[in-house]
Amino acid sequence: MHLPEAEQLIATLAETMRPRVTPDTCLVGIHTGGVWLAERLHALLGLSQPLGSIDVSFYRDDYSAKGLHPQPRGSKIPFDVEAAHIVIVDDVLYTGRTTRAALNELFDYGRPTRVDLAVLIDRGGRELPIAASFCALTLPTPLPAGQNLQLERDDSGALSMRLIHA
Amino acid sequence: MRNPQLNKHGELQHLLTLDGLPRGIITQILDTAAPFTEVAEREVKKLPLLRGKSVFNLFFENSTRTRTTFEIAAKRLSADVINLNVATSSTKKGETLLDTVDNLCAMHADMFVVRHESSGAPHLIAQHLQNTGRDHIHVVNAGDGRHAHPTQGLLDMYTIRHYKKEFHNLTVAIVGDVLHSRVARSQIAALTTLGVPEVRVIGPRTLLPTDVEKMGVRYCATMEEGLKGVDVVMMLRLQNERMNGALLPSPQEFFKVWGLTADKLALAKPDAIVMHPGPMNRGVEIDSAVADGSQAVILPQVTFGIAVRMAVMSMLGSH
Repeated sequence: MHLPEAEQLIATLAETMRPRVTPDTCLVGIHTGGVWLAERLHALLGLSQPLGSIDVSFYRDDYSAKGLHPQPRGSKIPFDVEAAHIVIVDDVLYTGRTTRAALNELFDYGRPTRVDLAVLIDRGGRELPIAASFCALTLPTPLPAGQNLQLERDDSGALSMRLIHA
Repeated sequence: MRNPQLNKHGELQHLLTLDGLPRGIITQILDTAAPFTEVAEREVKKLPLLRGKSVFNLFFENSTRTRTTFEIAAKRLSADVINLNVATSSTKKGETLLDTVDNLCAMHADMFVVRHESSGAPHLIAQHLQNTGRDHIHVVNAGDGRHAHPTQGLLDMYTIRHYKKEFHNLTVAIVGDVLHSRVARSQIAALTTLGVPEVRVIGPRTLLPTDVEKMGVRYCATMEEGLKGVDVVMMLRLQNERMNGALLPSPQEFFKVWGLTADKLALAKPDAIVMHPGPMNRGVEIDSAVADGSQAVILPQVTFGIAVRMAVMSMLGSH
């Protein structure tokens, strides 16, 4: 499969979001790709609220099957969640379980007015009733389950999409 | 023989002692604890990791701090916590320890947090569970006799790492009643495993184990010698309740020679931290001015204890 340019997708995503965000909109990136992406979007959209990050390790529904992530990074929500407009940012939307875990965690900090989901790529294969509010690219046919699509960052900070065959 | 604390995949199965626990596991516990410290600042101070699990606090010996922080830690992980009041329990009616455990297993226990006045009691329970094929039930030692108090040792390591960042460049002094102290044994095991180059023990010879040097520490006969240039001072409680025989002249005499005062603390590095596992005997092992002073990190130790116990329980509960 030909992988799209990540930088181009980021620009597209930012333009899709622009009409629907205000300077007070808060971004929360999901570790790890979502945090890199949220940093870019935060700069491109000129948002004023500090960036949040979520590590969903403590909220995953497969905790008892897969165990705890060996090095959880924790979550940082440096703004008041109560009454905020929040956009959860992730690189790839797949089953929807990570998004559900992030929503659960977010609501333990307070009650936001509105929560949106922004992703670079929707790869299909949803197992929960979850959809992205903003998406730069929806794959025409879902990726097979054995394949893993994710954002990567090199030493210079450049982002790219990578497909891993498990 | 396999380490009884680890399962066949090398994961933590029970936490019984820090003696012989691999460095990687200790570091993993400390790393896991770090993000848990932040949960206390949320509106909902709960994570769903142990939802639906039952944690039994089995305290055959008195404790306030340890039992309470274990209870808070389990509740923050969404477990159901059952505190057994042993003073009114069947033990008084003659039930054996393992019969008590079997009965609690029949009530679908998932984890036991055990404190016992006999060294080895938690180990006995863990072995019994293994012999009867109940690998899904975990045991945490919350202090057994003079043997070990691993979560205290771990929270002490967490506290040291929090303030000093690294272990490889530290000099640490442990002061007081090492002989009766399970805390000291756990601290020494953890400090040496984590690569602290110099661990000193200071105290009257009557309150030190005879072969204390074999534990990889340096014995210092005076406070002046032992505290000179240290980064961390770990005070121990004088355990009057465990003493038999004339090991000490009097608490006042002990304070005069071995009590930590501002004068003696001045021998340590200016940024040295002072720790105490509690409960403190003010005016016996530590002067109030030091206990309440700017170098004391005794209350942060208690707070970190919750996150460290959450880390241990979540690692155990994950398999």
